[in-house]
Amino acid sequence: MQVNENFEPVIVAFCCNWCSYAGADLSGTNRLNYPANVKIIRVPCSCRVNPMFILRAFQKGADGVIICGCHPGDCHYTSGNYFTRRRITLLYSMLDFLGIERNRTRLEWVSAAEGAKFADVMNQFTEDVRKLGKNRRLEDLRCRKQ
Amino acid sequence: MQEAMIKRAKELLADGTVNRVIGWKKGEFFYDATPAVFRTAEELDRQFIFDDFTQANVSKYLVKESRKDGKILAFLKPCDTYSFNQLVKEHRIIRENVYVVGVPGGPKLDIEKIKAKGITGVLSVKNENYTLKIETLYGTEEMPFYEAISGKCESCKSKKHVAYDELIGEDGEVLESNRFDMVEKLENMTAEERFNFWQNELSKCIRCNACRNVCPACTCENCVFDNPKSGVDNKAPADSFEEKMFHIIRAFHVAGRCTDCGECSRVCPQNIPLHLLNRKFIKDINSLYGEYQAGADTTTKAPLNDYNTDDCEPSIVHERGVE
Amino acid sequence: MQRIGVFVCHCGTNIAATVDVKAVAEALSHEQGVVISQDYQYMCSESGQDLIKNAVKEHKLTGVVVCSCSPRMHENTFRKAAASAGLNPYLVEIANIREQCSWIHKDIASATDKAIILGKAAVAKVNLNTPLTAGESPVVKRALVIGGGIAGIQTALDIAEAGFDVDIVEKEPTIGGKMAQIDKTFPTLDCAACILTPKMVEAAQNEHITIHSFSEVSAVKGFVGNFTVTIKKKARFVDETKCTGCGLCTEKCPMKKVPNEFNMGLDNRTAVYIPFAQAVPKVATIDPNYCLMLKNGKCGVCSKVCSVGAIDYKQTDKFIEQKYGAIVVATGFNPIKLDKYDEFAYSYCPDVVTSLELERLMNAAGPNGGTLLRPSDKTHPHTIVFVQCVGSRCDDSKGKQYCSKICCMYTAKHAMLIREKYPDTEVYVFYIDVRTPGKNFDEFYRRAVEQYNVHYIKGMVGKVSPKADGKIDVQASDLLSNEQLHINADMVVLATAIEPDKSARPLATMLTTQMDTNDFFTEAHPKLRPVESATAGIFLSGACQGPKDIPETVAQASAAAAKAIGLLCKNSITCNPCVAHSNELMCNGCSACEKVCPYGAITYQDKEFRMPDRTTAIRRVASVNPAVCQGCGACTVACPSGAMDLNGFSNSQIMAEVDAICK
Repeated sequence: MQVNENFEPVIVAFCCNWCSYAGADLSGTNRLNYPANVKIIRVPCSCRVNPMFILRAFQKGADGVIICGCHPGDCHYTSGNYFTRRRITLLYSMLDFLGIERNRTRLEWVSAAEGAKFADVMNQFTEDVRKLGKNRRLEDLRCRKQ
Repeated sequence: MQEAMIKRAKELLADGTVNRVIGWKKGEFFYDATPAVFRTAEELDRQFIFDDFTQANVSKYLVKESRKDGKILAFLKPCDTYSFNQLVKEHRIIRENVYVVGVPGGPKLDIEKIKAKGITGVLSVKNENYTLKIETLYGTEEMPFYEAISGKCESCKSKKHVAYDELIGEDGEVLESNRFDMVEKLENMTAEERFNFWQNELSKCIRCNACRNVCPACTCENCVFDNPKSGVDNKAPADSFEEKMFHIIRAFHVAGRCTDCGECSRVCPQNIPLHLLNRKFIKDINSLYGEYQAGADTTTKAPLNDYNTDDCEPSIVHERGVE
Repeated sequence: MQRIGVFVCHCGTNIAATVDVKAVAEALSHEQGVVISQDYQYMCSESGQDLIKNAVKEHKLTGVVVCSCSPRMHENTFRKAAASAGLNPYLVEIANIREQCSWIHKDIASATDKAIILGKAAVAKVNLNTPLTAGESPVVKRALVIGGGIAGIQTALDIAEAGFDVDIVEKEPTIGGKMAQIDKTFPTLDCAACILTPKMVEAAQNEHITIHSFSEVSAVKGFVGNFTVTIKKKARFVDETKCTGCGLCTEKCPMKKVPNEFNMGLDNRTAVYIPFAQAVPKVATIDPNYCLMLKNGKCGVCSKVCSVGAIDYKQTDKFIEQKYGAIVVATGFNPIKLDKYDEFAYSYCPDVVTSLELERLMNAAGPNGGTLLRPSDKTHPHTIVFVQCVGSRCDDSKGKQYCSKICCMYTAKHAMLIREKYPDTEVYVFYIDVRTPGKNFDEFYRRAVEQYNVHYIKGMVGKVSPKADGKIDVQASDLLSNEQLHINADMVVLATAIEPDKSARPLATMLTTQMDTNDFFTEAHPKLRPVESATAGIFLSGACQGPKDIPETVAQASAAAAKAIGLLCKNSITCNPCVAHSNELMCNGCSACEKVCPYGAITYQDKEFRMPDRTTAIRRVASVNPAVCQGCGACTVACPSGAMDLNGFSNSQIMAEVDAICK
């Protein structure tokens, strides 16, 4: 694995409007730092995240993708995050099956009150992805063998 | 068997139960058995075949056929009935417009496996006590039956018809199958080995779409890969998103709906083991959310459209096996 | 051709100190479709909004991007500004460069880079925005109040006052809640029952109020203006409509050894009971855990003595369904369980009591008729030690991190009342801090210290040990004089932390409202929307939102009522136009979307279509009811063909954002 001190991973975070996006706002309000690598996309519910968005992100150059939603049982739409949990578990399992590094994908439940958790998760995730280096495997997957 | 099927089909045409029959006819070569619709007794006599090479799953054709006027007779092998049920469940096949006659399943033969033995110019293949007598342009050859059976029949999951109006021949049982062996083998590899395996396989893909076109779960009116608004359509094949992610997205789209009929791998001209992607999803669903066989009935909720409040977290993926 | 205006806010120095706003505006001016890109000190100010309005008119903008604070803060402000200038409000997008950028990053270069990327994502998205028109949905003119304590009663009375029907659902046999158990109230020392019970009666007699006592909410469906709630009326084995509350059954009931929860288990009640004399409704309830007839089928005394034939041993739980336009949560609080606090000997020494137990011990309607006696030997205590912050302000997992807020004041009240009534009693209060903000609160506490000579000692109680002679050794430290103390006490009173009622968590799930980590309901905005939940149409009243004393609870209850009335006054409300819609040409009719829809918003129809080969075909296609859809998007991912998409968060919009971020 290549170690590049200057490598700055591109990280896409999908956050549900009701819990995690508010949690991210709270970590801002409380001035809790996390790396600028993390860019948040607001979605109404974590269940709005289509696996195609995740794959698209990887293909366009993301090095890590994280999805954040309300804690199970707390979904603003009652059941959205339960569907998310199944879909994303299966998708991540498939990516793992294809040999993609596991630490490039993550799902976390962050409530509107968990600003500190949001910052912690983002710090940790960015570090994990930074260690993995540039995402080559997903970009490469279909590529003709060199 | 072929005679019994033709006889019954003629009866059902004659008494007006159905006005069409879907089965198989010979292609360019005798082993190219192709799905075909027959309208008359005469057509049946002339073209209808049912032999060791009639592998194709005709369920998918019923999406369109069941929307036409009159009832159609469909001959379905056990594995085909699962696809049929799944399509009925998804309101793709109108059940009332199909008369299903269950017929025995395989094992069917794969001509490529015979050719792989160096046997060419094949004129006919006969199974005599599990030894194949192969007539070729250059003389007669022999090989063991089991060395020529189709990949999808090697790990047959069921000899039981889960949907039929009548049966010709005996019904079988759901089998203990070894179909997840290869998935398991891959799971036990390192991530790098897995990546190399799939890179090797998927780089063979020529995007002919045969897998999608044959798949009974891929019956969308407008496939996302053909839809310019979906963001994954095929605009610039040189470096498009779709080419890279096509198989992952396709596998995800059919997850929880794929009955593991094996048609995708059967028709792949590049011999990519695409069914392994589907089986991975099936294996995960079985182990994480409880045993589920798509198409086993027409009522159970699909696992991806369902949930339990105590389902496992995705971190389970990160914790298990080797990385 | 798109004509997009970009407006970058300085937010004073909140953004401008860490993000080079001029560089952001300059970078975004080159993005696709952008015709004007400006920065301004306060975009949300009137002149900032005018900037947007003028630009919309002058440049004929087709889209607006505001790089500013969180959309949760000012999205509506900017949408309204755009709308007033004639631009569809849904053609406005916010790039959150304050909470999610300037406030969390210190390095100007990387924060500026990130702000530019977030801006680019917003521009990419707004390029694909479509004008949306909000629909309307009718409002059911009836409110539900969950919880019948002082908060629920006050809310219900205020809503009824405005002329709307309101139902109270109370899980106990009577309304009144915790306030009914309290003896006197601070800082006025007036009798709690004297001010509460008239309100209870008023609620019962109000023609607009229906009280469902001994009932629980078991299911909630629907959305703002149109909730359908299933209420479970638990079997009380007494016909409410017949029972006159005469109490004869409670006198004759042979099962007299049931711990009386109203008196905190300090005395006993009968198996058929009326919680207290002023209960509303004044109707008996049979406790099936103790009733001999219900347990063994032998007894039936109450049925024999009841002159109106109200006893019904065969009664079962009943479920009623009712529609409401607004729901107010008033589920209140409970003292925490003290089983983890062995150091205070609560579990095995009867003379160590909680403050709420002390309320009952001192209450004229309590177990001792208002005379303060030790529970163990019914003697008059001469030395009483109060321990503050038991389970409050705890760092460990035993208790709660928060301040329970009311304990300082009620302890001062208790100390004062004891010293007033029994001047021969010494009262010690061990505290960490005394917190008495509130009108006339500090004066009240000072009276306890100065006028009533209550011994306030700053310090922690380390151990409480009952002794053989019946006395209690209280070992504590005095932090100001830095010495260890032993007090030979007769009674110890624990100011127990309060927590939300256990029923709140499942209720929050049903109502799809958010809670904080302590299970208090989360308000929509901590300062500006304190009585609304983030879920439209659900309001918060009283201690379910956080610890509160009575005046605060009542104030919040009335505020919640005002918000509910504001909603009920409307004949219809504007719906969220960001709802799902199905492209019928692509729909397979497979029902996947219908199965994941939590609102039942999706139905199917057979429709005739002209096919590409000039034939017509009848196909089953999905359609979404926009008044019912709440816009979660679950269906969009369940749909294999991509026929289902979501307004405002469409597949192509999100992909455009992804592309802009990953580029």
